[in-house]
Amino acid sequence: MLFKLSLNNIRRSIRDYAVYFFTLIIGVSIFYAFNSLSTQAAYLRLENDEHDMIELLKDFISGVSVFVAIVLGLLIVYANRFLMKRRNKEFALYLIMGMSKRRISKILLAETAMIGAGSLIAGLILGIGLSQLMAALTANLFDADMSAYKFTVSSSAVVKTGICFAIMYVVVMILNVAVIGKCRLIDLLNSGKRSEKIKHKKMWICVPVFLISAAVLAYEYFVVGWHMEKLSRERFALIIAGGAVCTFLLFWSVSGMILRIVMSLKGMYYRSLNSFTFRQISSKINTNVMSMTIICLMLFITICLLSSAFTVRNSMRSNIEKYCPADFEVTYSEKEGGETGFDGIPVFVDIEEMYKQAGCDLTSNMEEYVHFHKYTDPELTLESFCGEYAEEAKGKFPFISWNSVEEIVKLSDYNKIMELYGRDKLELADNEFVVICNFDNALNLRNAVLSKGFGIKVFGRELVSKTDECVDSFIDISAQHVNSGIIIIPDSAADERFASVDEFIGNYKAADKEEKNVTDKIKREEYKKAYDTYIGKYAEESGHAFSCGIDTKVAISNNAVGLGAIVTFVCLYIGLIFLISCAAILALKHLSDSADSIERYEMLRKIGAGEKEITASLFRQTGIFFIVPLILAAVHSVFGMKFACFVLGAIGTEGMAASVFITVLMILAIYGGYFLITFFCSRYIIKSRRS
Amino acid sequence: MELLKIQNIEKYYGGKLNLTKAVDDISFKVDEGEFVAIMGASGSGKTTLLNCISTIDRVTAGHIFLGDMDITKLKGKALTNFRRDKLGFIFQDFNLLDTLTAYENIALALSIQNRPAKEIDEAVKLAAQQLGITEVLEKYPYQMSGGQKQRVASARAIITHPSLILADEPTGALDSKSAKLLLERFNYLNSENNATIIMVTHDSFTASYASRVLFIKDGKLFNEISRGDSSRKEFFNKIIDVVTLLGGDVSDAL
Repeated sequence: MLFKLSLNNIRRSIRDYAVYFFTLIIGVSIFYAFNSLSTQAAYLRLENDEHDMIELLKDFISGVSVFVAIVLGLLIVYANRFLMKRRNKEFALYLIMGMSKRRISKILLAETAMIGAGSLIAGLILGIGLSQLMAALTANLFDADMSAYKFTVSSSAVVKTGICFAIMYVVVMILNVAVIGKCRLIDLLNSGKRSEKIKHKKMWICVPVFLISAAVLAYEYFVVGWHMEKLSRERFALIIAGGAVCTFLLFWSVSGMILRIVMSLKGMYYRSLNSFTFRQISSKINTNVMSMTIICLMLFITICLLSSAFTVRNSMRSNIEKYCPADFEVTYSEKEGGETGFDGIPVFVDIEEMYKQAGCDLTSNMEEYVHFHKYTDPELTLESFCGEYAEEAKGKFPFISWNSVEEIVKLSDYNKIMELYGRDKLELADNEFVVICNFDNALNLRNAVLSKGFGIKVFGRELVSKTDECVDSFIDISAQHVNSGIIIIPDSAADERFASVDEFIGNYKAADKEEKNVTDKIKREEYKKAYDTYIGKYAEESGHAFSCGIDTKVAISNNAVGLGAIVTFVCLYIGLIFLISCAAILALKHLSDSADSIERYEMLRKIGAGEKEITASLFRQTGIFFIVPLILAAVHSVFGMKFACFVLGAIGTEGMAASVFITVLMILAIYGGYFLITFFCSRYIIKSRRS
Repeated sequence: MELLKIQNIEKYYGGKLNLTKAVDDISFKVDEGEFVAIMGASGSGKTTLLNCISTIDRVTAGHIFLGDMDITKLKGKALTNFRRDKLGFIFQDFNLLDTLTAYENIALALSIQNRPAKEIDEAVKLAAQQLGITEVLEKYPYQMSGGQKQRVASARAIITHPSLILADEPTGALDSKSAKLLLERFNYLNSENNATIIMVTHDSFTASYASRVLFIKDGKLFNEISRGDSSRKEFFNKIIDVVTLLGGDVSDAL
């Protein structure tokens, strides 16, 4: 009998609180899908260093999962308490009929266990389906081959999800039992009878509060959107806190004003059911200022996370296309003397020769290549480059090492590299030089210097800059624009005695991606062999400081793509959880309000309001309740994203429009989905009485 | 035989500054098999008094004895057992579980006592027959009329053969025909089963079915009249007289 009671209660719960169950299922499935990522990835054909990235991703997801579990836990506890409150009358009846509190607790335990098990199983089934989709996303993010992919179930993720949610449900059970243990019968019985107090906020307080918080928000938008470089850590924290407080005050003041404003528009207020609709909305916002604030801020974070998620990944990819135009690069530099080993005098060693000594051929498998070296003039440091501007610049850029020597490349080498890269070549007169640079901070400094028109002295020769700003270019392949400045000089000005770093840049002889990967493996093994058998020993014996390194496009893009994928997954994970949490809280609140208002709708019907008008009123109420926090969050996000673009500057913000588009789609789908479910459920609730 | 003895009970609400004496030193006795109505205007403290007797609320001072047991001292398991075995409660708004059929709602009271299913079935059918609800036993609350719901709730209250049945405005949500039907059932239970009933009401017609009526005003016992051998109609007129005497909002008391 008691079992039937709890089973019946659940049956009703599923009907009335479909949203709660639905959220649990989605929560479980997202949790599973992300935690099973690494298992899914095992079936994709990935490179070695991509596997390392997957391991890293796994660690990240595990860490974030703890946070996600806490968020979901709080959501479940909140939703559960909320649903419990609605059943006070029922508990009162059990008590007065002489059911012991222990027995009521047992009913609740059975209910939670059944809902928990049901949502866990349904969620896992959905999650297993979802994770197959996630595998496709992983493959896409890692540019991996999916042909070997098979339908998989990650047992470790199933166990982890099971344990996490079991813990949450146990916490809910304990809290429920505690609530039942504490409650008093008379309070339970009277809980439904409270009549709603209508608090009218004073207009003369609301208007100034509204204006002030709007002004403060506008100022913060301005600072964050246009003066972000001035933001210190402390000021940034202050802005975040101020933004949160202003959001609260904005909701608070608007809730006080909206009704007055609408009421003053008599023509509108007294048309159809508008007066009822606006009274309902006003009281809803009034009683939910705090939760609307939190929801608005969470939505703001969600929007920023989701749009950054895809941006980072897109720009990573386009950056590699741009900044890594060659397949292979090997460098060798050696320095003699000096205190730290790196401020010594450069010793030039030919890397190709060293490969030969090791019995390898650096030029093998190469379609085309450039073998060149850089120069350094011990007299030409960053400080001497800046000339008279140095003193002023030191104040502005305190973190730069001013005595580092400038790297110099001669024009003919540079043009050969550019030809290999398929980029624009340069022309220089005998007394001219050009600085190539694309790293933002260095660019500011160097442009300031060049615009002043100072000359430089290289290997004893006076040169003037051909341009009054840096040329946007680079020599070494990398994943981002991180060239902090290389000086290009005419061939006639170069002095072989000052040759420093020897470099070899080339493209593989390979027809397709597959072949390229194979060649890459061969060339990397060859490098290892050359280093182990000769280069390392030679350098050790010389007693000089040295550095020898290899960069390949395959490795760079694997790392960058992996990093981009990690950022995307983590943002997506947190963003999705936040989104469903917000939507679920709004939905639960609205549904319970609808249940409380059943009699009001009955009354409206009795005085002759048509079913169509009532539905329209309900639709407006639901819509406004959902859209108000979203609008403010969207406005916040516009400026938040402007700031995010600035922070992400080094990585690049390509494809922002596409990211924002995807984000909008996801929010429309999930948030909009919750909105529709809420609307249809509440329509059902206010109709149900007539049967 | 004396069943219920109420001794100088008081119930205060609020703090030092705005003290409300909802029940202010009330004492009376109820014999076994009596049908007592408690009357009073809204806010006179009649429901609070009933809540104290039913252990829904706790008294501030005084004692309530059911037989030899002081129910104001009951706690924990003893309190649960008292509610389960000695008390039947009927609410104004029925308080049926809408997830259960009428049959299951009535049976729940016995299930809580862990009675065997066969005994439950016989008892439910008997109670349903006594209250005239046999034909709605398989229906859910939303399929029933108000009067049927209240009779189902009454069946649930009497099925455990409690020492005391408490009813808080049982006819409050019913039309006059359903109310009359319910009250006649109460009289039947009172005379046939020797059930002791205490009923709170502000309706003189409802009160006229009782064998004795207590009047409460401002938390104090104001008057009490017994029906004795007079007809219900005569008793009703006597009640109206007292209600008029009580003054205040007469329409409220009617």
